[in-house]
Amino acid sequence: MAIKLPIYFDNHATTPVDPRVLEAMTPYFTEKFGNAASRNHEFGWVAEEAVENARAQIAKLIGATPKEIVFTSGATESTNLAIKGVAEMYREKGNHIITQVTEHKATLDTCKRLEKYGYEVTYLPVEKDGRINLDQLRKAITPKTILISIMYANNEIGTVQPVAEIGKIAKEKGVFFHVDGVQAVGKIPVDVQKDGIDLMSISAHKIYGPKGVGALYVRRKNPRVQLSAQIDGGGHERGMRSGTLNVTGIIGLGKACEIAGQEMVAESAKLFKMRERLRESIMSRLDETFINGSMEHRLPHNINISFAYVEGESLLMGINDIAVSSGSACTSATLEPSYVLKALGVGEDLAHTSIRFGLGRFNTDEEVDYVANRVVETVSRLRELSPLYEMAKEGVDVSKMKWQVAAE
Amino acid sequence: MAYSEKVIEHYNNPRNVGSLDKADPNVGTGLVGAPECGDVMKLQMKVNPTTRVIEEAKFKTFGCGSAIASSSLATEWVKGKTVEEALAIKNTDIVRELALPPVKIHCSVLAEDAIKAALGDWKKKQGEPEAAKTVEAASAH
Repeated sequence: MAIKLPIYFDNHATTPVDPRVLEAMTPYFTEKFGNAASRNHEFGWVAEEAVENARAQIAKLIGATPKEIVFTSGATESTNLAIKGVAEMYREKGNHIITQVTEHKATLDTCKRLEKYGYEVTYLPVEKDGRINLDQLRKAITPKTILISIMYANNEIGTVQPVAEIGKIAKEKGVFFHVDGVQAVGKIPVDVQKDGIDLMSISAHKIYGPKGVGALYVRRKNPRVQLSAQIDGGGHERGMRSGTLNVTGIIGLGKACEIAGQEMVAESAKLFKMRERLRESIMSRLDETFINGSMEHRLPHNINISFAYVEGESLLMGINDIAVSSGSACTSATLEPSYVLKALGVGEDLAHTSIRFGLGRFNTDEEVDYVANRVVETVSRLRELSPLYEMAKEGVDVSKMKWQVAAE
Repeated sequence: MAYSEKVIEHYNNPRNVGSLDKADPNVGTGLVGAPECGDVMKLQMKVNPTTRVIEEAKFKTFGCGSAIASSSLATEWVKGKTVEEALAIKNTDIVRELALPPVKIHCSVLAEDAIKAALGDWKKKQGEPEAAKTVEAASAH
């Protein structure tokens, strides 16, 4: 089979819409265009029925009930609503929130804003494997703690947090538990009951649905979670999120969840095999490569590798027919290397050399082999160019050298 | 980020990659940058002590495409120049030639530093006072 270039291995960033999802959405752009809030005519009823069907599809995937699903514009909004909504609603009860350092910026920046408003936030560190320490979590909880927000799985290193254990601790202490489920839902089994989750952010475009739509799971009993709305106007979504519903997007999210529920077991097994094939193919042929994050508690479709002595951006440039991401400073807007890798204790020198591979539904074994070959080829070429590799081969310990940094 | 054609060309076909004998008294070595900053350049030049002409230049760079291109270009430019002419190369010349965007200017600064460090090393080996000479050469332009 001929390979079509460029190859997409960046499925943590976004995924293509599954054709079955698009097919489900299409009629609702044109002939079934109604507003789901129009209660007095056929157009509205048809749209509302489709929205309710989607609600049920999403709820089923995560073990929730349809009434616990609130539609949003995406997971960033869901996370904002969850954290700010709880913070505002339960201000009387307390002002303390616990999260951890490798969360997505949607969580970290929301917490930072709340700090400006007088809330206190504890940012738990992570262990070398990227997971939080449960004893530290327990110790961080105070009578003022109202919310714990921990992601299910990390978007850079694929590390899966001990969510069920955290849920248990939260319940014990009577603290709400919000989970950023973006990278996990639809990829690995997630069950809000078994995992003790009270709020969970979900995104459509990470699970082969469209961009611009997401959902927030909000628990209705044991315990019931109340939220202060962050967007007012019309009282849609039981007052938690006003605004005309994105009917086509919601249908797409629903269908994406339905497909994920049906295919997750087979798909994750297939992607795991492909991931391992990629990892072995690359790492067996290159020395001084290091995996970032836990191998044991890891999303099946993720691998994050540091290629010592080769800067990430130059590596990306060499494999420009392949879409992947790097933790290198040069590829980020801030010119800082990945804060996630830093939190794991990965040195900045190695953080600059990291590449994230995210496999997805539409990747093939042929693509895996092509990518592995290109990576090996390019890393080898760039190491020939690398003064650090040369020094390492001469036996110089590069990490112990004194470097003369350019004055800028 | 979109790279200029010249950066891509140097990245794909870097000139003068390699190493010269560090111990040779006529070879100056400059090693600048730091791994934790994401770029390290090693620039070496072999200078004819009588004519003061740079006869050979080699580089190795750990860094992004622009850093590789900046150092590759630097080796191309210094070859055949005298020590004083090479010291007059400014990072802004490199920025212009490679059409580097503002976030990549530090790559050109590093290349200029590498030239100065390598020739400083050569002068030290030759028993010349390196710092004073550099200032003189720089102020002459």
